[in-house]
Amino acid sequence: MTMTTESDLRAPASARGHPRAPLSQGARSEHRLAALLCAPAALVILVVTAYPIGYAIYLSLQRFDLRFPEQSSFVGLANYGSVLTSGHWWQALTTTLIITVVSVAIEFVIGLALALAMYRTLIGRGLIRTVVLIPYSIITVVAAFSWQFAWTPGKGYLAALLPQGVAPLTDHTSAIGVIILAEVWKTTPFMALLLLVGLALVPDELLRAAQIDGAGPWKRLTKIILPMMKPAILVALLFRTLDAFRIFDNIYILTNGSNGTASVSMLGYDNLFKVFNLGIGSAISVLIVIVVSIFAFVFIKLFGVVAPGAEDDERRLR
Amino acid sequence: MCGGVYGWRRAAAAAVGLLLVAATLAGCGSNASEGVVLYVYAPVDGADQYAAAVAYCTRAAGGRYTLEPKTSARSTDDQRLQLARRLVADDADLDIMLMDVIWTAEFARAGWIRPYPADLARQMEQETLERPYETGTYQGKLYAAPLNTNTQLLWYRKDLVPHPPKTWDEMIKMAEGLKARGLPHYIEVQGAQFEGLTVWFNTLITSAGGSILSENGDVLVARGDGARRALGVMARVATSPAANPSLSVSEETDARLAMEAGLAAFQVNYSFVHASMYASGPDGGGDTFIDPLGRPTLQDTGRRVRDVFGWAAYPSVMPGKPATVTVGGLNLAVSTTSRHPREAFEAVQCLRNRKNQLRNAVEAGLPPTLRELYNAPPLREALVWQAILDSLTTASVRPKTPAYQSVSIVIADLLNPPAEINPDTVLRQLTDGISEAVNSEGVVP
Repeated sequence: MTMTTESDLRAPASARGHPRAPLSQGARSEHRLAALLCAPAALVILVVTAYPIGYAIYLSLQRFDLRFPEQSSFVGLANYGSVLTSGHWWQALTTTLIITVVSVAIEFVIGLALALAMYRTLIGRGLIRTVVLIPYSIITVVAAFSWQFAWTPGKGYLAALLPQGVAPLTDHTSAIGVIILAEVWKTTPFMALLLLVGLALVPDELLRAAQIDGAGPWKRLTKIILPMMKPAILVALLFRTLDAFRIFDNIYILTNGSNGTASVSMLGYDNLFKVFNLGIGSAISVLIVIVVSIFAFVFIKLFGVVAPGAEDDERRLR
Repeated sequence: MCGGVYGWRRAAAAAVGLLLVAATLAGCGSNASEGVVLYVYAPVDGADQYAAAVAYCTRAAGGRYTLEPKTSARSTDDQRLQLARRLVADDADLDIMLMDVIWTAEFARAGWIRPYPADLARQMEQETLERPYETGTYQGKLYAAPLNTNTQLLWYRKDLVPHPPKTWDEMIKMAEGLKARGLPHYIEVQGAQFEGLTVWFNTLITSAGGSILSENGDVLVARGDGARRALGVMARVATSPAANPSLSVSEETDARLAMEAGLAAFQVNYSFVHASMYASGPDGGGDTFIDPLGRPTLQDTGRRVRDVFGWAAYPSVMPGKPATVTVGGLNLAVSTTSRHPREAFEAVQCLRNRKNQLRNAVEAGLPPTLRELYNAPPLREALVWQAILDSLTTASVRPKTPAYQSVSIVIADLLNPPAEINPDTVLRQLTDGISEAVNSEGVVP
């Protein structure tokens, strides 16, 4: 999307805005009341989110280890230097990125298929939607435990299908595969649900018209359904990518980071809560936030104006 | 009129806002004190025995203080995290803590626990086994009074081998022989990336005459050939065809289960496996039937794993030199945030007295730290307790450094999976990693 189109799009929004006439006394007083009513919520948000985030940034610039309280001091960006020059960080980042990209891609394809199935089903629609949602309703830790048992030789039904002596959770590549499988199984329903909402945006007449014009199912999917669903796809992919990047519980149960399967969140957790090195741990947390922000930024840029909140404008343009 | 309505609304809004803020800011109210109450933090496992000890000592105090048990988390890491969080936040309602033996240096250095008065420490030193006592000291002072201790033995199948192996190499040879004959053959060790792997390494390196770290932080791991021998044993066990394929994710419980299921011929593990093997009920371990050759079977052969279960001294690394097994266990410490340290020190003496240690031993199989208990019934009569006492006498202690957690994580990371240990390269990495960890520098994996 080029800059001109964006500013063009913004134009109607400001034109639609209220004329800048002086407000009446009643309106002003209502504004004040609105501000007052919002204030407690804003204050609570400041206390519970802005303060910890600010404190984490502050800690990340300190040498701050609970075990050596008298050595605390300001060290600038040294903690970031330690993290960024550590092989553990880059390995965890690579592992996390692989898990994120592969699992979200698989989830998107299966999720879309499930969404189409749910949307098109004529009989037992409620039943199918309920069944599809079951994995999502199971607590991740519980599901992770059942995967762990299933893949443990001598105990699990899935391990029993493998040749004797193969333990998939003990090898880097296959363990990552099992983690991705557990993630996909667990969160595909969520993806399907978000995409289902998007499918409802596609007008039936349009599809029927295309069909009459000779468009086959694949053409209808790629030329009509997917473009029309773009906002829903953006939301679904964005949510799942950010979620997948912060993966913790599945890995914690399945391998606890053995064989190089630790994610960046686990690395942060270990440095914060196992060794009490709050400086390094906070630096890792801040870096995770930065990476997540980059993801969000790239997504919004890629999908351009279909970002949430811009939908009205786009609709009007059409 | 309008203004009136707005005024009322504004007042209401302000009131709601105030309420919200008040609700957010309301802290925990503190109880009014009625006599001295001491809070005792104990882990979930064994909570019943500790609660019994707490009740006993409250009665024994004759009203001078009341002990209040508090249940801490199940996993050791979570217990430590909970205690540290409270201590850093100056929680005064935390007086006595049951601490893992590896936390002493860390908690002492951070100023979270008080040293015991010298006379009390001397008295405890006289009545306590030497190695367990050492786990409670830091820089020459006693910070944590030993309550229970723990040590590993070799547990093995008497029907599969004529006599227990004396060394690791003999054990590997025996296991490979069993595998060749199609019999249960696994050697169960703690190979997962966790504290148990560090324990295994510490036992092996000290058994081979080496050590990891001195108390003033000198990294000794590469001195002598102790580490090389230890790493060699670990690699040989893990790469042996007789190894359990799950070795690199195996913890204490996995080892116990493999033996109870009839799959393992040997395991190195703590004394809890003994209690579990002979326990009845759904968790009762040794119920698995075995056929005349010793293989697990579903048929009722009248012979079970528990009938052929035996124990022996932990295998040595150097032939003829007994292994120095790493001690575990729990110690009792008094927090610096406590407002009643005098009463707390007194209560600790009661909590670790003869009666309470004996209860822990008999009901939960936890080895006592009071020397005399091993020389009196019922412990004197049980062979397994005497094997434990022998093991404790030659035992070793894990490195005493405030950064122990970092050191241990670095070791466990570098040695996992044990099958990929290359003694030459890993030794240099261990030296570098431990040197960084001791000073809490860098990122831990």
